[in-house]
Amino acid sequence: MWDYTDKVQEHFINPKNVGEIKNASGVGNVGSLACGDALKLTIQVDENDIITDAKFKTFGCASAIASSSVLTEMLIGKHIDEAKHITNDDIASALGGLPKEKMHCSVMGREALEAAIADFTGTILPMAQGEVICECFGVTDLEIIRAIEENNLRSVEEITNFTKAGGGCGKCEDRLRNLLDDTVAKSSDVPKAQEKKKRMTTLQKIKKIEEVLEREIRPTLKKDGGSIELIDVDGDFVIVSLRGSCSGCHSSQTTLKEYVEKKLREQVLDTLIVEEEK
Amino acid sequence: MPLDHENVIYLDNNATTRVAPEVVETMLPYLSNYYGNPSSMHNFGGQVGAALKDARASVAELIGAAPEEIVFTSCGTESDSTAILSALCTFPEKRHIVTTRVEHPAVKSLCENLDTLTGRKHRITWLPVESDGTLDLEQFRQSLTEDTAIVSVMWANNETGVIFPVEEMAQIAHDHGVLFHTDAVQAVGKVPINLKETAIDFLSLSGHKLHAPKGIGVLYVKKGTPYVPFLNGGHQENGRRGGTENVASIIGLGKACQMAAANMEEENTRVKALRDKLEKGLLENIPKALLNGHKDKRLPNTANISFEYVEGEAILLHMNQLNICASSGSACTSGSLEPSHVLRAMGVPFTAAHGSIRFSLSVYNTEQEVDFVIEKMPSIIANLRALSPFWEEE
Repeated sequence: MWDYTDKVQEHFINPKNVGEIKNASGVGNVGSLACGDALKLTIQVDENDIITDAKFKTFGCASAIASSSVLTEMLIGKHIDEAKHITNDDIASALGGLPKEKMHCSVMGREALEAAIADFTGTILPMAQGEVICECFGVTDLEIIRAIEENNLRSVEEITNFTKAGGGCGKCEDRLRNLLDDTVAKSSDVPKAQEKKKRMTTLQKIKKIEEVLEREIRPTLKKDGGSIELIDVDGDFVIVSLRGSCSGCHSSQTTLKEYVEKKLREQVLDTLIVEEEK
Repeated sequence: MPLDHENVIYLDNNATTRVAPEVVETMLPYLSNYYGNPSSMHNFGGQVGAALKDARASVAELIGAAPEEIVFTSCGTESDSTAILSALCTFPEKRHIVTTRVEHPAVKSLCENLDTLTGRKHRITWLPVESDGTLDLEQFRQSLTEDTAIVSVMWANNETGVIFPVEEMAQIAHDHGVLFHTDAVQAVGKVPINLKETAIDFLSLSGHKLHAPKGIGVLYVKKGTPYVPFLNGGHQENGRRGGTENVASIIGLGKACQMAAANMEEENTRVKALRDKLEKGLLENIPKALLNGHKDKRLPNTANISFEYVEGEAILLHMNQLNICASSGSACTSGSLEPSHVLRAMGVPFTAAHGSIRFSLSVYNTEQEVDFVIEKMPSIIANLRALSPFWEEE
């Protein structure tokens, strides 16, 4: 059972502005039957660039229908320039939120809006020009990068929830991970002021790693009832053991890579690889 | 307020069934007064053991087995895992398994993860199905090799109800010296089964699909078939499955099996007639509605119908508004993004696969309920099609 808000249910049971505007100023078509959802959005724009009418036709699940319906309500009366700034998050918020697996429905609404505006202004959609990464659902790298940046996505699973990419055969998983890593690295591009770390002896490494563990990492893990022990340092490999509630925790791998490794790379040596003791 | 069963039209019996009131009644004393451990030496526990023995006999009788061939487990999934892993432990040198592309996740996912689970490489043959969901026996025959450890083929498909000729397939497997397992979770209680006369080595069944509670399953192990336990522990189940027995549920399952044996004819006549009426009513009153699966080689209670150009979850939610319960093969109901692997294996086009609804009946359904559904479905589909950008292009 999906946990839909009352607002989603209301827009699903009694959708607003269903249909198609004849001789519309702009038409946006996204999705396909094969993908399991599709949206045709038509807008009417007056001489002052105000959207006077918007209608939709949607093939898809309840949240796809509700996202389309609420989008048309948001559009009517808005200036085109204002409408351009509507994001998928605005659509989801207008519905009181969507289940995370359904966020792609709000993304579809936003993409249809962009397509309709591009059709109206006679411009080419930048998103469609990217390279297709997910063949199953035809999602381009540009769409994925934008979803990562705008929604602060931090896992491949989240990318799938928002863009559907990777939800079919799964073959593009590695490419999605690379895109994610690159995008995240770029966005957290703090100026690399620190001079390149010099070569360090193993003893120096151990000392510095212990310092960071004690000063920053252990206090953070402790908040969740966990802890960490340094077992060995072998070249760039830092072998640790997670203790307390961290051991056996489902997200311990994420903690290890996304948090511990990241901190140690920042503060000790950017080539370090953290691994759990087998 | 929670929904009471009297207020819903429950057409989702392949997902789970109502626990028969008679079953509940036989279970209750074992949840209160008779709490003894059947393995105990004293009479207080021992008397429970005697009740288990009767239940075992009832289960055996329903499927034409001997009581000592029945191993109680916690669910159908455990039974499936036990059978397949047992065969792999028996023949560690054999690394090939034959199954189908339309198995339940209990078998499908196990086969997909075998290498990780066992630390050894395996080769899986996924037998394809025809567009009506049936198997090609010649292709099956050719898939068997000296390296094949076990064949696992479901008796009846949970989504379409299509029945596979497992008795014949088990014989073919045996002629090649290969063990045969069948996941009969959907078939037991709905179609006659007489294991004595078959070459089937392992059969899985699940209590909650035939009006017993959830959390009780059975693995039938043919006498003489090599067997390695999955759960090691105490001597329960003759050392074939450790763990204290789920006493009340086993006794409930015994009762449910007695009732299923008695109801089999009703299932095959009255339930089938209701299913046929529902199916005919929907196909005749709704344009672009298609039946998925072979019309005749099918369980008497299941109808899987695709409504083209609309999406299954949306249909289900509208049905839910009317308190009609059913299931969909739509991707949106599963949390995955790909529609049912069963319908895709049958080559059902995307236009139809996303809009499939499974109606599955039981002896508790009435003609009024079926009439109500036939009356309401056409407008649900028409309203959703009015929203669909693909509909008017037709």
